[in-house]
Amino acid sequence: MDAFLLQTLNGLDKGSAYALIALGLTLIFGTLGVVNFAHGALFMIGAFCSVTLQRILNLSYETVDPSKTDFLGNPLKVKTPYVESWFGPETGGAIIEWSVPLAIIFAIPVMLAIGFSMERGLIKHFYKRPHADQILVTFGLAIVLQEIIKYYYGANPIQTPAPEALSGVAQLAEGIVYPVWRIVYFFFAIAIIGAVFAFLQFTTFGMVVRAGMADRETVGLLGIDIDKRFTLMFGLAASVAGLAGVMYGPINAPNYHMGMDFLVLSFVVVVVGGMGSLPGAVLAGFLLGILESFASMKEVITLIPGINQIIIYLVAIVILLTRPRGLMGRKGVME
Amino acid sequence: MFGLDKKDTSLLALVAILTLAAPFILNPFPTNSGLAQFNAGYPDLMQRFVIFGIFAIGFNILFGLTGYLSFGHAAFLGIGSYSAVWMFKLLSMNIIPAIILSVLISGIFAVVIGYISLRRTGIYFSILTLAFAQMSFALAYSVLTPLTNGETGLQLTLEDPRVLGQSATADGSIPVTNLFGAEMRSSFDMVVGPWSFTFSVGYYVCAIAMLLAFYLAIRIFRSPFGMMLRAIKSNQTRMNYTGLNPKPYTLAAFVISGMYAGLAGGLLASMDPLAGAERMQWTASGEVVLMTILGGAGTLIGPVLGAGMIKYFENIFSKINDNVLHGWFSFMPDGLEDLVVTIIHPFVGKGWHLTLGIIFMLVVIFLPGGLVEGGQRIAKAFRGKKADDNKSASTEPAE
Amino acid sequence: MGILEVKDVGKRFGGLKALSDVNLSVRENTVHAIIGPNGAGKSTLLNCLVGKLIPDSGSVMFDGQSVLGRTPYEINQMGISRVFQTPEIFGDLTVMENMMIPCFAARDGSFRMHAIENMMNEKEMVEQAEQMLIDVNMIDKRGMHSAAMSRGDKRRLEMAMCLIQNPKLLLLDEPTAGMARADTNNTIDLLKQIKEERDITIAIIEHDMHVVFSLADRITVLAQGTPLVEDDPQNIKGHPKVREAYLGEAH
Repeated sequence: MDAFLLQTLNGLDKGSAYALIALGLTLIFGTLGVVNFAHGALFMIGAFCSVTLQRILNLSYETVDPSKTDFLGNPLKVKTPYVESWFGPETGGAIIEWSVPLAIIFAIPVMLAIGFSMERGLIKHFYKRPHADQILVTFGLAIVLQEIIKYYYGANPIQTPAPEALSGVAQLAEGIVYPVWRIVYFFFAIAIIGAVFAFLQFTTFGMVVRAGMADRETVGLLGIDIDKRFTLMFGLAASVAGLAGVMYGPINAPNYHMGMDFLVLSFVVVVVGGMGSLPGAVLAGFLLGILESFASMKEVITLIPGINQIIIYLVAIVILLTRPRGLMGRKGVME
Repeated sequence: MFGLDKKDTSLLALVAILTLAAPFILNPFPTNSGLAQFNAGYPDLMQRFVIFGIFAIGFNILFGLTGYLSFGHAAFLGIGSYSAVWMFKLLSMNIIPAIILSVLISGIFAVVIGYISLRRTGIYFSILTLAFAQMSFALAYSVLTPLTNGETGLQLTLEDPRVLGQSATADGSIPVTNLFGAEMRSSFDMVVGPWSFTFSVGYYVCAIAMLLAFYLAIRIFRSPFGMMLRAIKSNQTRMNYTGLNPKPYTLAAFVISGMYAGLAGGLLASMDPLAGAERMQWTASGEVVLMTILGGAGTLIGPVLGAGMIKYFENIFSKINDNVLHGWFSFMPDGLEDLVVTIIHPFVGKGWHLTLGIIFMLVVIFLPGGLVEGGQRIAKAFRGKKADDNKSASTEPAE
Repeated sequence: MGILEVKDVGKRFGGLKALSDVNLSVRENTVHAIIGPNGAGKSTLLNCLVGKLIPDSGSVMFDGQSVLGRTPYEINQMGISRVFQTPEIFGDLTVMENMMIPCFAARDGSFRMHAIENMMNEKEMVEQAEQMLIDVNMIDKRGMHSAAMSRGDKRRLEMAMCLIQNPKLLLLDEPTAGMARADTNNTIDLLKQIKEERDITIAIIEHDMHVVFSLADRITVLAQGTPLVEDDPQNIKGHPKVREAYLGEAH
């Protein structure tokens, strides 16, 4: 039972990331009808938002401390971050330490801006083009974004540690220890997913969007200016992916190709959940995350070697062949 | 000639001349000049041009004709490479059995993967092929290590049996790949004044393979089978109501293009006998998509152009560093020179992928027909308004 | 015994009864029109005949064989060709290539590889296709990209593609919908000519009564998924039930 619980928990953090990325992909596909291969890149950019904030907060000036010397005998140069000098070492230090959660505030406007400009500048022109063209142009965009990040931040992963208070392990039950940050990540994901659903459920904007997902042409005919809403929707989806990336940093140090790594899996998640179904995307994200974690159990691996590597793809193939519309997809959506 | 009409024969002849004379054409700059770095006439790079040309020609038979976008074709390239290296390990260093096996094995894999993937169309087909390729990649990296040697990649050793050849040469080293005795890596340098041209056996083997592959592709494009494939891309409903079953046609196209990829993989291994799992990764599949689109999907010459261009960029463009740039712009005033170098810097050297991504996006946005369409537009512009008067609709797909 | 025998066919979509107890017998070498108001189930019936839909009950026999459970291409190979309401042609191909495809299908069946032959070497087929294009008055457009043609031309091409297969039964789904009067008359003339020259059975769904009464040898009136009457044209015209269900209300 303990092992079962532990594997379920282990699957939750990856599952959360899958669910968040798949949610954004589905929002874009469901409302705009665009297959966005650059969505993984948005996740990656989110992660680098927290790297950037960490760098900004660590901007320092140098002072010479004459009372100490370094190992060469010269007077020691001490670097003091501006933040610490402004707010005092206590508060300043805390701000730096909490840079990852703080990056959420930093990332939202950045991701919205990126989302808006992407939609206005590029995606807009591809609504009427075939899906293959959409895949290709967003694939090209993903390469470009990835290379820009690589150019400025280098090819190596950059650590973005969680705050001290949230970085240890927690004793959940007898014999079950679990990293605190992963619990945080899970609840964060739940909160975001809840917020997105509430937004779609309870606002008029959300209502129009849901109507648009169900029947795009009719909504267009009603004379509702759907263009602006599409742009906003894209920004929202970009922010969801970005925030998923921001908080993922402490679990896996951000690197420039993390987006591509997650993208392929997230697409598989979307397909399993059902193209265009939001609850399906979330459900499939968690399910596949947990399934993956069960498949990496020692007992399972000795039974079927390598299953942990391919389980998600295997599930996707079976689902696509037996139930092409996915777990919760509606009939007729791109079947 | 060869069952081709006049236009296609001249196209084939043109490609043949360009490929066979490539060691001259690609080395236009004298060896010691500053521009020698743009020479692409060395065997290793030229081999890549034609091998990836084969890969892209094959991919185009599927994507260009039927419109099915496979994102997993690199799997067949990798399978071809592994098969070829195993032939070198077990049988002999002659490349013929190795290439035959790599084409066969990738063909078998293509039948299985294609049969399942082609039960769906559109983006679902793309994702299914992607899933299969990623599975092959993951398995090659982990569980199949006895077959693939995992992360290190499959290599030749002195202990390999090579039943028809020898495990080691007289001086105790691993024998080299050959075609009935002609070693792939042997080459001949020709020096003409300041120029130097290298002719390698390996390149000419690949070049002839590509010409055969290209010839076959022309025949397929012009055949009833090719027309059926274009019909599938155009309207599957009408296909069905005309009494034709689209599935065997698409599967045949899938298998043919898988075998082309296998041939390319086998040739890669024949030139350099090692095979690694990274050849199967989905970015590698993405690369062949880029080549085909960049050149012009659905055209005959496009994929070859695209493959050549991307491989040229990869090798030459990525060698340009700041020193080279400063050399070029030294005629400018100092401040301006630095500025220009700073602007160009991110796009060259290690940043060539960025340039590639941008070019690719521009092509998809403005030139969906790729370089071939670009060429046609330019040609049209040059012909000017005269052509407008006797405009005639073309009856053949563009080359 | 007709060439096409539809017996007790029923089809439901969820709670909606689209067809029930449909009986229809199309005699060989006649033109059989199926008429009825919108939503009468004409298109559903047609889709059941060509394998796009499978009826929930009943049987459909063509030339002594059941068509149920067969795919559209198998049914086509049995000798049924269909012309769609919106022309379904190969838009990326030229007119001549469009014509060649049914030629190959007629000769080779549902799949055969001719991967390295040149299709223009099939002299006999090319001549046949050209003759057909002459018949439908489209020979001057043989090299044109078919997507670039007018709707009327597309429909004529589709008709030619179906006819070149020499089908035993030709199904026409509103062949004159959206056509101008002159074009409609041309289509009527073409169909009359086909009927005279060939051994062919035609089943036609049509709204335009002018077309129906100029062509049909026999008419079935469908209303709310069930056949009301099946009779000769002159009897249909005055039939009170038909007047009530259809003619009075629609036209």
